[in-house]
Amino acid sequence: MKFIDEYQDSRLAKGLADQIARRSTRSIRLMEFCGGHTHAILRYGIRQLVPARVELRSGPGCPVCVTATADLDKAIALARLPGVIVTTFGDMMRVPGSASSLQQAKAEGADVRIVYSALDAIEMARANPEKEVIFVGIGFETTAPTIAASILKARREETTNFRVLSLNKLTPPVMKALLDSGEIQLDGIICPGHVSVVIGSAPYAFIPRDYGVACAISGFEPLDILLSVDRLVEQVEGGTPGVEIAYSRGVTADGNRKARELMDEVFEVGDANWRGIGIVPDSGLALREEYGRFDAEKAFPVSLQPPREPQGCRCGDVIRGTTTPSDCELFGKLCTPERPVGPCMVSSEGACAAYHQYGYPDISQGFESKT
Amino acid sequence: MGDSILLAHGSGGRLSHELVEKTLLPFVANQELNKLDDSAVFEASGRLAFTIDSYVVNPIFFPGGDIGRLAVCGTVNDLAMSGAGPLYLSLAAIIEEGFLLSELEQVMRSIKEAAQEAGVSIIAGDTKVVNRGQADKLFITTSGVGTVSPGVDIAGANARAGDKVLLSGTVGDHGIAVMSQREGLEFSMSLESDCAPLNGLVAGMLEISPRIHCLRDPTRGGLATTLNELARQSEVGIIVEEVTIPVRGEVRAACDLLGLDPLYVANEGKLVAVVDPGDADSVLAEMKRSNYGRDAAIIGEVTSEHPGKVMIRTRLGPSRILDMLSGELLPRIC
Ligand code: SF4
Repeated sequence: MKFIDEYQDSRLAKGLADQIARRSTRSIRLMEFCGGHTHAILRYGIRQLVPARVELRSGPGCPVCVTATADLDKAIALARLPGVIVTTFGDMMRVPGSASSLQQAKAEGADVRIVYSALDAIEMARANPEKEVIFVGIGFETTAPTIAASILKARREETTNFRVLSLNKLTPPVMKALLDSGEIQLDGIICPGHVSVVIGSAPYAFIPRDYGVACAISGFEPLDILLSVDRLVEQVEGGTPGVEIAYSRGVTADGNRKARELMDEVFEVGDANWRGIGIVPDSGLALREEYGRFDAEKAFPVSLQPPREPQGCRCGDVIRGTTTPSDCELFGKLCTPERPVGPCMVSSEGACAAYHQYGYPDISQGFESKT
Repeated sequence: MGDSILLAHGSGGRLSHELVEKTLLPFVANQELNKLDDSAVFEASGRLAFTIDSYVVNPIFFPGGDIGRLAVCGTVNDLAMSGAGPLYLSLAAIIEEGFLLSELEQVMRSIKEAAQEAGVSIIAGDTKVVNRGQADKLFITTSGVGTVSPGVDIAGANARAGDKVLLSGTVGDHGIAVMSQREGLEFSMSLESDCAPLNGLVAGMLEISPRIHCLRDPTRGGLATTLNELARQSEVGIIVEEVTIPVRGEVRAACDLLGLDPLYVANEGKLVAVVDPGDADSVLAEMKRSNYGRDAAIIGEVTSEHPGKVMIRTRLGPSRILDMLSGELLPRIC
């Protein structure tokens, strides 16, 4: 058996890193939109390979993190209704809402279960006909097609006890909101690979055109990310911002039309509430009128107290990229993965969790200088 | 649907006896157990090692093993990691009402096979049946006794700067096999748990080098967590090279898909050894001769720097901290 073909990775990485260093002449700031990218950057030590003048800033691409406290409270309230099973992705369980979390609601008797896909939730609805099964749908354009497919399946199979709390969000509109706010100066964006498989590269065209900000769509392999950084540095240094696909294995200009048709069939674009950003116009997906009977919010209206944000938590700033996790006073002290204060420390895609796990920046660089 | 376990099977009456005599004993019969006395009486001398563990895996049958094999191997391995040669096990089963007799037999068959392979006898046992919903199908607890040869001194606190860190094979196989079964994820069928008794492997290693410093099986929390435990207990630093850590292609692919790191995924048939640098090559050669150590590798070394912490040189070249598992291992969303 051959396990190791990765010795070559360090050679390729070194080559790319040298190239980036040669190209870059001034300080620039790039944002990696995806939490998955933040994770890989820290996991593989990409930060240490890229010159310090190329800053990598984490962005809002963590579905759990951007879920607003008010929406989380809604999911918790639904879970507490009698006869209801709430299903969701694992990371959502531990996120603190205003007064509780799904995990805590579960410990207190609510029926909350972890699933890997909305399709699992349909199976659960079928197996528990006497219960109402609600799927809490979070995520970006990556997860929305599967959720749409599950709703179509429920309609086809006449599964009447399956509903969706649609908290799905869209990527390009929130990028626009960040750029419009003027709060953070960016030279380039490492755009999400999986999302772009669905939407293609065309929806990012306004970013270089209207804002002069470079874009590169990146895969999740460490070499993909380095390559994207190289493409962005070249665009920025050359003053020729555009949208480059540095993930040609999966992304085309128009993306996956089938997946988008599924989404369009079931969802319509509406405003969405983002943690730390607020209401962003046209950045969310709501169920269309014809699919209203699958809408958990319509089926079970719950009244809620105004949301309370976790005290001292700067997740909102981290999500907008205006602060880095280690600047939060609670980071690593009052807020740890065992006792998370905010969602960015809970989710495996959260920036705080990644910074905490990989010891960035102090510890790893301290050691690095010795070796 | 075949016969299933009834509450009466745990009542102590006739059905209980039938269960023991027809379903349980035939698989694990030995002189001591057959007596059905209140406790087993046996001879032992020298230094003894004694351990206990409970097994609550879901699903109870997974590719490459089941809860029975796990319950024997886990306890045998705990003994072996102290350098002990396992002798006897005791085994207690808590069975949920309604559990299929045929499945219980299948588990007992695995227990028998694993015990035979490890060369241990089960000399004490107990069964309880609980109401439906009070247990999840089947829980098993095993304890074990073994003897430690004179001169052998293996402990988590024994790692010293300069020692080499050896790993007996691929990581992540068990956790991914169980997860793929549990979640109905369609991974390659060649993906199996590595669940295995490691006492034979350890005996061979100790013959080559009786002064092995640390042995540990990286079960829950995976390799990363085990290395951190050793670094903390020994108050030393450990540095490992990512490229030397063997990971099966299927496991890597599944981990990529799920957003998991194989270094944090559970193993049930692997060990980490910390040995004197002078012994490393000969111990490695001996490991590679064993069935359960074929893919063994030297993955790093112990250093006096950064005590209590583990560093990993990533496959791109830079080093970073390799922390313990915190929280739970959960697949990513996008
Ligand atoms: S470290 Fe914790 S409290 Fe601070 S921003 Fe991150 S999640 Fe919030």
